[in-house]
Amino acid sequence: MVATAVTGIATPLKFPLFSGFQRSSRSLQLRMSQKAGHGVITGKLELRPPPYPLDALEPHMSRSTFEYHWGKHHRAYVDNLNKQIAGTELTGKTLEDVIVATYNSGNLLPPFNNAAQVWNHDFFWESMKPGGGGKPSGELLDLINRDFGSFEEFAKEFKTAAATQFGSGWAWLVYKDEDKKLAVVQSPNAVNPLVWDYVPLLTVDVWEHAYYLDYQNRRPDYLSIFMENLVSWDAVTSRLESVKAGSA
Amino acid sequence: MALRTLLTRKTLAISPMGMLGLRGLQTFSLPDLSYDYGALEPAVSGDIMQLHHQKHHQTYITNYNKALEQLDDAVAKCDASAVVKLHSAIKFNGGGHVNHSIFWKNLAPVREGGGEPPKSSLGWAIDNHFGSLEVLIQKMNAEGAALQGSGWVWLGVDKELKRLVVETTANQDPLVTKGPNLVPLLGIDVWEHAYYLQYKNVRPDYLKNIWKVMNWKYANEVYEKECP
Repeated sequence: MVATAVTGIATPLKFPLFSGFQRSSRSLQLRMSQKAGHGVITGKLELRPPPYPLDALEPHMSRSTFEYHWGKHHRAYVDNLNKQIAGTELTGKTLEDVIVATYNSGNLLPPFNNAAQVWNHDFFWESMKPGGGGKPSGELLDLINRDFGSFEEFAKEFKTAAATQFGSGWAWLVYKDEDKKLAVVQSPNAVNPLVWDYVPLLTVDVWEHAYYLDYQNRRPDYLSIFMENLVSWDAVTSRLESVKAGSA
Repeated sequence: MALRTLLTRKTLAISPMGMLGLRGLQTFSLPDLSYDYGALEPAVSGDIMQLHHQKHHQTYITNYNKALEQLDDAVAKCDASAVVKLHSAIKFNGGGHVNHSIFWKNLAPVREGGGEPPKSSLGWAIDNHFGSLEVLIQKMNAEGAALQGSGWVWLGVDKELKRLVVETTANQDPLVTKGPNLVPLLGIDVWEHAYYLQYKNVRPDYLKNIWKVMNWKYANEVYEKECP
């Protein structure tokens, strides 16, 4: 019987995800260092705050949106996941392993939605920063140019994937180890590229709750603002560096 | 080819309400609501009703018409893979049009009978099948709240078995995707756009309140047609 006292997870969550390489060296349970995010779950998972104040992304993403999106939706995923995995063998795993296990090759087990959405939202907050947007540089830009033709082509493909994900879901920039290339993918509801064994590098949430207060039905406007003003290319670069470190 | 296009444009100009496009292909247009946007308040806000009708439903119709035109072209060119590729756009957008057209008729202002419990044959069938109206509402609300992502919760009737059913569908899948004999009586849209501006993340409150403007008269009419 797992103790219900709040002991937190094995790896202290003081550092935001983009210090992925530092964190991965602390966790022994990870299959690939680039998936560094949450350590083994013991006790209860905690709701992590975004790495900036809730009003820091205004006017592009309002404080009000964060109060609901992080304060209510993300919090509920954490609370409900804790309830679902208490006393089960899932508490001995990392969050990433819980996600893959409960994805169950597409035959979703009940904790999947909450587990994946906890992870997705952490990843999403860290994919943005105040004063974000613009273009990446260095090796990341080289790879984007190589695999998409140009940064503009990548941005167009990413926004199209996000705009055409019907219903709720996400769009991603990923690294595919199988062909050593960057790619854009879209996923429905809570699904994320970990279940396809891709390495997520960037995401945008296209559930309506992510943009409705600020943009209502205008998802394309939200996506343009996201690309121009919110994307943290620092985070994407760090995640890519973890990939290189992991395969070294 | 140019001559045919010229003739078609003329046809468009004289056809009633633009219902016939190229080669007589039917195009769809946004149905009017039979009540003002604000008439369902406080259960559903006027802002939501206006956005939901003028933006979301209209967009489904626009994209459905586009997809049908592309389908027409693909069929004419005997391009089977292009036809197949269009199926998801047709299902999404056509489903969106079908579902929302039903939804507007499922709702009525209180002063026009919205919220009045069902009487006559549907009322009796509900009591017989579910035990009571309260049990049915609880069941639909539970299933609606538990639906992950976007979709609908339905009260339907199996027109062959003459039985009531409660079902959910994902995204804009119409009820018929859950069974070819299922006819929708009432649908509740649980996409976030249906309630977010007013109820935010608290979908259960939206579900609790929407019954106050439910148009049981319409549902009963449909039921009596299938189960005379």
